[in-house]
Amino acid sequence: MSQPRCVDDRITLKYGAGGGAMRALIEQIFAPGFGAVPGGVGLAEMDDGAAIPIGDRWLVITTDAHVVQPVTFPGGDIGRLAVCGTVNDLAMMGATEPLALTCAAILEDGFPRAELERIWASIRLACDEAGTTIVTGDTKVMRHGELDRIVLTTTGVGLTSRVVTDRGLAPGDVILVTGTMGDHGLAILATRTELALDTTLASDTAPINGLVRRALAAGGPGVVAMKDPTRGGLASALHEMADKSGVGIVLDERAVPIRDEARAIGELLGIDPLVVANEGKAVIGVRREVAGAVLEALRAHPLGRAAAIVGACVAERPGSVIVDTGFGRRLLVEAEGELQPRIC
Amino acid sequence: MTGGAPAIDGGFSHLKFRDPARAAALELALASQTQALGRAPVSIMHVCGSHEQAIARFGLRAAFPPALDVMMGPGCPVCVTDVPEVDEAVALATAGVRIATYGDMLRVPGTSRSLADARAAGARVDVVYGAVQAVELARATDEPVVFFASGFETTAVATAAVVLAGPPANFSVLSAHKYIPPVMEIVAEMPGSRIEGFLAAGHAATITGWGVFERFVARHRIPVVVAGFEPLDVLAGLVRLVELIGSGEPRVENAFPRCVTRDGNRPAQDRLWRVFEPQGGRWRGIAHVPNGNLRLRDEFAAWDTRRRFDIDLASLWDHAPPSLVGQCTCGDIMAGIASPHDCALFGRECTPDAPVGACMVSSEGTCRIWHQYGGHPDLRQIRRRA
Repeated sequence: MSQPRCVDDRITLKYGAGGGAMRALIEQIFAPGFGAVPGGVGLAEMDDGAAIPIGDRWLVITTDAHVVQPVTFPGGDIGRLAVCGTVNDLAMMGATEPLALTCAAILEDGFPRAELERIWASIRLACDEAGTTIVTGDTKVMRHGELDRIVLTTTGVGLTSRVVTDRGLAPGDVILVTGTMGDHGLAILATRTELALDTTLASDTAPINGLVRRALAAGGPGVVAMKDPTRGGLASALHEMADKSGVGIVLDERAVPIRDEARAIGELLGIDPLVVANEGKAVIGVRREVAGAVLEALRAHPLGRAAAIVGACVAERPGSVIVDTGFGRRLLVEAEGELQPRIC
Repeated sequence: MTGGAPAIDGGFSHLKFRDPARAAALELALASQTQALGRAPVSIMHVCGSHEQAIARFGLRAAFPPALDVMMGPGCPVCVTDVPEVDEAVALATAGVRIATYGDMLRVPGTSRSLADARAAGARVDVVYGAVQAVELARATDEPVVFFASGFETTAVATAAVVLAGPPANFSVLSAHKYIPPVMEIVAEMPGSRIEGFLAAGHAATITGWGVFERFVARHRIPVVVAGFEPLDVLAGLVRLVELIGSGEPRVENAFPRCVTRDGNRPAQDRLWRVFEPQGGRWRGIAHVPNGNLRLRDEFAAWDTRRRFDIDLASLWDHAPPSLVGQCTCGDIMAGIASPHDCALFGRECTPDAPVGACMVSSEGTCRIWHQYGGHPDLRQIRRRA
């Protein structure tokens, strides 16, 4: 429910959760006064990154600050996350060949050198996978207790000859996801819960610029909107796309690929896999006539084997996401505030 | 309209629980049965948060015929816990007594404060997952531990079991347990009530048996169908209920035979009634419900918090009630008179982050469930393809 709201006197955790509260914060505090980018995409658009026209192409630029607890988790660590988050945001704008990244590290007094080396090895590996490199950075060390261990901030730049926004959907368009939903968020929550879940579920953190390049090649101008379902998960991504495009999105719940482990952990914790973060997935909106070709191209890539068509755009209820459960229909609601495993 | 013997078994026990093809057939049957009644609305009440969860989670209202109005009644034990009961727990906690309770109870508003407020101010309140865990807390200490126990007859059996097992002397039960059958009578008798049938909760009936509703049907001539919690259970139960409404021969039927019998779980009932006796008392927002509260019998006075402690509610009078509480419509919602969308606070001032009323606190509460699943706008016309 994306009703207008006024930002509270104190910025609480919910403003960092990727949902309506965070969008209100950006709209009311961060974005005002920065103007538009003529012929491009600026802060006010609140897309995955900005696009600045240069000649007949666009420079795409994006930045991400990364905090994660625990720093190393099944399927990745904060270093891999920092690279993939930024590479994927560039790809969501159409820039699938990242020119370079920057990385700033803020460390807490006493951070172990060996752990830092492991994180940087992971950063190098992820850069190799994405076909990019880190060209500059910054280092700060804070006193003990002034931050929780480590914060990484990455900025990325890339060029594209076509910008894909998150607002290009029209009634009749088809929605695809590039793989299983909820893996990252539920894998992290499973490590945190006091229930000490023993699971094989791992984060999906991966650079998907190569995968997205395939989709763009197969769908051409028929690929009309992209977004990575990170914080807030598929629910928030679809809400933003529906809201900005002025369409309703009907999600076929049974078509959404979800691993059995993710489904089980979600049921146990009372958390819907559709509202938790993914770090190696994209939501892609395409014209109906190219849907088959894009799906085939995605499934031919190792990171897109579980890709699926999960929904369609309608003219009714613009801004809403409607779930077709197979038994009936309801609205999909964005998660509010910090995701808490239920206590009872 | 139905003819023949009631389908006590057979049909229902062969249900595959999440089969959309079967759901579509049941939805068609529901539409034609409702249409055959030739009037609108046909009002059905269920009395269980788990039924509302299933209906909302699977979007079943979009598949119900427009003439069928399925509403949730007082089916959330946390929500119907009355303000003075919460006050008792808050007063004890504020006085320094250690409280153990279910997580959902923490934020239920009392007159001026909730247990969560008391805890934030320094009181010791432990969240437990069951009665046994509360006893374990008591065993690990010499200080008094009060188990603030909520729940219907299902959960009350677990409390009865720990009391019968002889808990330590420093353990006691502050019972807010409630008994569902009497409140169905109250709701059915409310002036202006249009309820024509009750969908009864399958899990409670595993304890009580479906026979417990026979007296109600005889008195009120309103049919009752006991149903389970999978989407097909709910749909099958509703089809049968609408059939019974049309038949003009109200009776109790069991649409959950894989778990529920006529007599229920006799050993559990023995424990329940050995420890508890029904007493009249208020349910939040509903009314005084004769025999609606479960209180410890004299025999177990040693473990009854109300008899062990002198609870000083006056200590709470220094705190002003929250200003929005006067606008809360939880009572009307639980009585089936209003829906969350009729409430001016719903989704605005009252959210799961900052609940004003009890129905937004508990995961079994109508408002909380509607908020989680987007309320129920009319989505009947939305089709998958544009």
